Amino acid sequence: MVLGTYKQIVHARSTDKQIQKISQDGGIATGLLCFALDEKIIDGAVVAGPSDEMWKPEPTVALSSDEILAAAGTKYTLSPNLWMVKEAVRQNGLEKAGIVTIPCQTMGLRKMQSYPIGVRFVADKIALDIGIFCTENFPFESLKTFITAKAGVNFDLVEKMDIGKGKFWVHTADDVISFPIKETHGYEQNGCKVCLDLVSELSDISTGSIGAPDNWSSVLTRTEPGETIFSQAVDAGLIETKPMDEGKFGLEMLTKLAKSKKEKAMKEIDQRKELGLPVPYKASSEKEDPLANV
Amino acid sequence: MLARIKEFLGMEAKPKEEASQQEVEKVAEEEKAKPRIGYIHLSGCTGDAMSLTENYDILAPLLTEMVDIVYGQTLADVWYDVENNPYAIDDMPEMDLVLIEGSVCLQDEHSMHELLKAREKAGLVVAFGSCAATGCFTRYSRGGQQANPRHESFVPIADIIKVDLAMPGCPPSPEIIAKTVVAVINGDMDYLQPMMDLVGYTEACGCDLQLKVVNQALCIGCGTCAMSCQTRAVTMTNGRPEVNSDRCIKCGICYIQCPRSWWPADRIKQDLGL
Ligand SMILES: Cc1cc2nc3c(=O)[nH]c(=O)nc-3n(C[C@H](O)[C@H](O)[C@H](O)COP(=O)(O)OP(=O)(O)OC[C@H]3O[C@@H](n4cnc5c(N)ncnc54)[C@H](O)[C@@H]3O)c2cc1C
Ligand code: SF4
Ligand code: SF4
Ligand code: SF4
Repeated sequence: MVLGTYKQIVHARSTDKQIQKISQDGGIATGLLCFALDEKIIDGAVVAGPSDEMWKPEPTVALSSDEILAAAGTKYTLSPNLWMVKEAVRQNGLEKAGIVTIPCQTMGLRKMQSYPIGVRFVADKIALDIGIFCTENFPFESLKTFITAKAGVNFDLVEKMDIGKGKFWVHTADDVISFPIKETHGYEQNGCKVCLDLVSELSDISTGSIGAPDNWSSVLTRTEPGETIFSQAVDAGLIETKPMDEGKFGLEMLTKLAKSKKEKAMKEIDQRKELGLPVPYKASSEKEDPLANV
Repeated sequence: MLARIKEFLGMEAKPKEEASQQEVEKVAEEEKAKPRIGYIHLSGCTGDAMSLTENYDILAPLLTEMVDIVYGQTLADVWYDVENNPYAIDDMPEMDLVLIEGSVCLQDEHSMHELLKAREKAGLVVAFGSCAATGCFTRYSRGGQQANPRHESFVPIADIIKVDLAMPGCPPSPEIIAKTVVAVINGDMDYLQPMMDLVGYTEACGCDLQLKVVNQALCIGCGTCAMSCQTRAVTMTNGRPEVNSDRCIKCGICYIQCPRSWWPADRIKQDLGL
């Protein structure tokens, strides 16, 4: 199962006009966190908030909807969100923390919850993990290269960046520039090469743009709490859904990309093992399902 | 009692675990002979014992109903001493499991003797806390101090005896202690496997993040290390961990919690009901 275990898979988007305007895709991450905060399902959330530098995110503990909204939109560079989890619990006293994580961060979070070896009374304070899809991530200097050298745009003028339809897109107030995603190859961080997870298989709810129409998201609910919160937001009218497109540009595409990411990573993992380099995952010969995230 | 442990661990929220919950209850009902536990305090600060006692909800029944504490100065007022101290017992009793807190000082004959004796008398030896497991901050000892200026060389206990389980942490969290106790009582070897593997991790340092993760092309900048460092020695710079070695006490927790050091996928899925 290349998409991990899930309860339902749908297309969805936030019905809030403001969230639609500022979010990356369907505004599921922002919409669900704001809903959960309003309903007191969470009392704050760790998000990739803005920093002093444009497009360089800073892991932030958001305590209000405004702070959650300020973090909307994808920043295609490293934001060590897990760093702020203990901060959220200790300094901000959160009892029911929400968090947005890319798949590898979801893995750090879940490992800490199952094995909280040196982490005291944090694991039980995580109420909601929204996992977002991720193909790869880039050091900040790589991102600068894309924008200034490849797209030829002044970094400060960029309003949105996006990856989709085989291209890296750069939006400014009055222009949209794109270049083939192939040209970003070689700029991604190395650790991504052994990553087996596109769709945040271990989150409560996963969401991303792959397989969804423009301005909508694909959403997979996974755990009981994830399913409950998502259904509540839908019932409250804050999220609207439509059935997943099963076709070539929908589920088929998502499955294909999740599978090819795993196949590529498995090749790299096997190669590393042959070279005697450490890697925390099993070689394909040691696994029942060579595409499982183990 | 077990209901309370389960509640404490948040197990009741996960219906998929019903099978294992039934097993847990079965073990409880069977009224097996209680495991005999010992607690030995070498060169540590008692933080690990304190963390154990932070399991308020389950501690009293755990100590009185589920295990017999047969040895330990603090927990049972029973200790053994070669020098025939009138208050000490003649020989260390047999134990199913002994928790050893603190590193061992090579110049402290009493500690060395107690450690070797514990290996002889105990079925399972647990290096409890980072001092016992990795040496932790006692790695910085250079001797020349009162009460005994000769006490200089402190090493993880696995340097001297065979250790079965390592539970690092400065201190280990109350939850990992409770989860481990439950796993030991249930014979849940899968859960204990990582702790068995950690026995070999005796030379820990914050610099492992650089050597074993960043240098090995594995770091993904998730920040788990910086979150878990118990002395706030780790910050993140440009998506990579930066260790302030002046703050690092060599407990090993940052590297142990890193998702790129070892990866317990099956257990996580089970815990999440996925
Ligand atoms: C590095 C990266 C690569 C991605 N690659 C893909 C992909 O290949 N395919 C795909 O379908 N989707 C990918 N996504 C996810 C996608 O871009 C959207 O973030 C996702 O669809 C959520 O959209 P939304 O409208 O629901 O979120 P919004 O409402 O816009 O909220 C976005 C949330 O993401 C968080 N966030 C932003 N940047 C980061 C970051 N760098 N690290 C951690 N959290 C962050 C913010 O805290 C915010 O809460 C990627 C995201 C990242 C960060
Ligand atoms: S590809 Fe995997 S390892 Fe890389 S940033 Fe995305 S989730 Fe993390
Ligand atoms: S926990 Fe590991 S992978 Fe994550 S930032 Fe630290 S060293 Fe890198
Ligand atoms: S950096 Fe922190 S967690 Fe890592 S070994 Fe040092 S003190 Fe321990």
